[in-house]
Amino acid sequence: MQHVRTSGPGDQVAALDVAAVSHSYGSKPALNDVSFSIAPATFTVLLGLNGAGKTTLFSLISHLYDTRRGSIRIFGHDVSRASGEALRRVGIVFQARTLDLDLSVHQNLSYHAALHGIGGREARQRIAALLDIVDMPGRQHDKARSLSGGQMRRIEIARALLHRPSLLLLDEATVGLDIQSRAGILATIRKLVETEGIGVLWATHLIDEVDDGDHVVVLRQGELVAKGKVADVVRTSGAGSIRDAFSRLSGIEAAGTAELSP
Amino acid sequence: MSAPAMPDKVAGVIPVKFEKFGLRHYLICLKGVVLRECLRFLHQRERFISSLVRPLIWLFIFAAGFRQVLGVSIIPPYKTYVLYEVYITPGLCGMILLFSGMQSSLSMVYDREMGNMRTLLVSPFPRWFLLVSKMLAGVSVSIAQVYAFLIVAWFWGVKAPPIGYLTVLPALFLSGMMLCALGMLLSSMIKQLENFAGIMNFVIFPGYFASPALYPLWRIQEASPLLHKICLANPFTYAVELIRFAFYGQIEWLSLGVVAGCTVLFLAAAIIAYDPSRGLVTRKQDTGGNG
Repeated sequence: MQHVRTSGPGDQVAALDVAAVSHSYGSKPALNDVSFSIAPATFTVLLGLNGAGKTTLFSLISHLYDTRRGSIRIFGHDVSRASGEALRRVGIVFQARTLDLDLSVHQNLSYHAALHGIGGREARQRIAALLDIVDMPGRQHDKARSLSGGQMRRIEIARALLHRPSLLLLDEATVGLDIQSRAGILATIRKLVETEGIGVLWATHLIDEVDDGDHVVVLRQGELVAKGKVADVVRTSGAGSIRDAFSRLSGIEAAGTAELSP
Repeated sequence: MSAPAMPDKVAGVIPVKFEKFGLRHYLICLKGVVLRECLRFLHQRERFISSLVRPLIWLFIFAAGFRQVLGVSIIPPYKTYVLYEVYITPGLCGMILLFSGMQSSLSMVYDREMGNMRTLLVSPFPRWFLLVSKMLAGVSVSIAQVYAFLIVAWFWGVKAPPIGYLTVLPALFLSGMMLCALGMLLSSMIKQLENFAGIMNFVIFPGYFASPALYPLWRIQEASPLLHKICLANPFTYAVELIRFAFYGQIEWLSLGVVAGCTVLFLAAAIIAYDPSRGLVTRKQDTGGNG
């Protein structure tokens, strides 16, 4: 049985639709009634300080946790009821490093390809092409352990794209990287949105990763406090810039704004 | 970074239609999971050596020392008196499977702590299939270790009937499945890697010693009827007996039933434990992030 929510004629199915989602760890609430959707081929920044609920939300979207209250749909497929169909359409870069350090780049990527039913020559071709895209051509046989933090991230991005997802989730993908690596990774992801029509949900607490044309979703202690285009969020919050808007929305004073930068 | 040029462009804003998963895709997934486990094992040479040294110490030193003390009468499947080394060899095969099964449990806890487990769990294949694949991967590695041990034992003069090396394979497979399934279930309950020491004390050692791996059950019954009952309640007892009889081309039906039943039970419990809607894992673990 397909769990696809059909829209009316002319309506576009959202790449991601989060509807009234709440989650708690025991008695400790982590997300409370969060709703937003992101359109295909858009770059949406999920902003929130540490503990805001970003990683919990990612775990729900990727079905590591079950959505007990509310619903999450990826291109119309309910993550709880049709998780296979939903997960085929999403590529995920987790906050923690998830490469197997004992294996080579090729072995890591082949493993992921197999987990999506892609094998043999097709997997090899896709791996070679994606290593070009993430600017690491010919590095198939390097041990994952020998890569720098930025290079590992690029490999993880290539891995997330291997099964040709239409939605890419990146959870604090640039944490711990130098400025050059961060800029390179961000530019690659933005390019994918433009050229390949991939929808991106980019979770971060670094405000300088937000562009004026982006959509933003701001979480604060598990509550959604703002959503929309950057200009709209700035205007409705009464701030002069997205940095100020994020500070106000997150409840941090001027002294705390250092956290918003790398 | 270079300009992206995806190998097969995603069609604009229209979600790509995916081919329905068929048997071929499932087999690719299974092969990928097994291959990764084998590669990891090959990269961890110390793990291979220690898995081999442990039973060999028992065979070379313990069995030689206790040969005169622990006499073994003629009990099925043996038709003649056998050397003590011959008697404990099936138990040592079981020990390898037991340690290996628990090792794969440790590996799952490690994977979960390091985040590698997430890459498995976000695969679009059904969760039960992913866990069974992981279990088959663990069993493949275990069986390779058992045969490596049997080769060394053969050169030491501990030999089973030639056909026994073939007939024991299904018994090793089933016993390995049971112990890997148990390991998987335990891994869902272990919150931190450090807690694994408890598995050694509460599962591996009692499981191994309260079984006919080192001494026949009739001797245990003579020594302590209570201990004998504990041995009979221990699934590892039946794994050892299944292997012992299989070496001589025989099937010990009670053992077969218990091992098969426990495999299904442990596996079902592990699948439930790893199910995000019902499982223990997601309730206990955070996802490693701080957002």
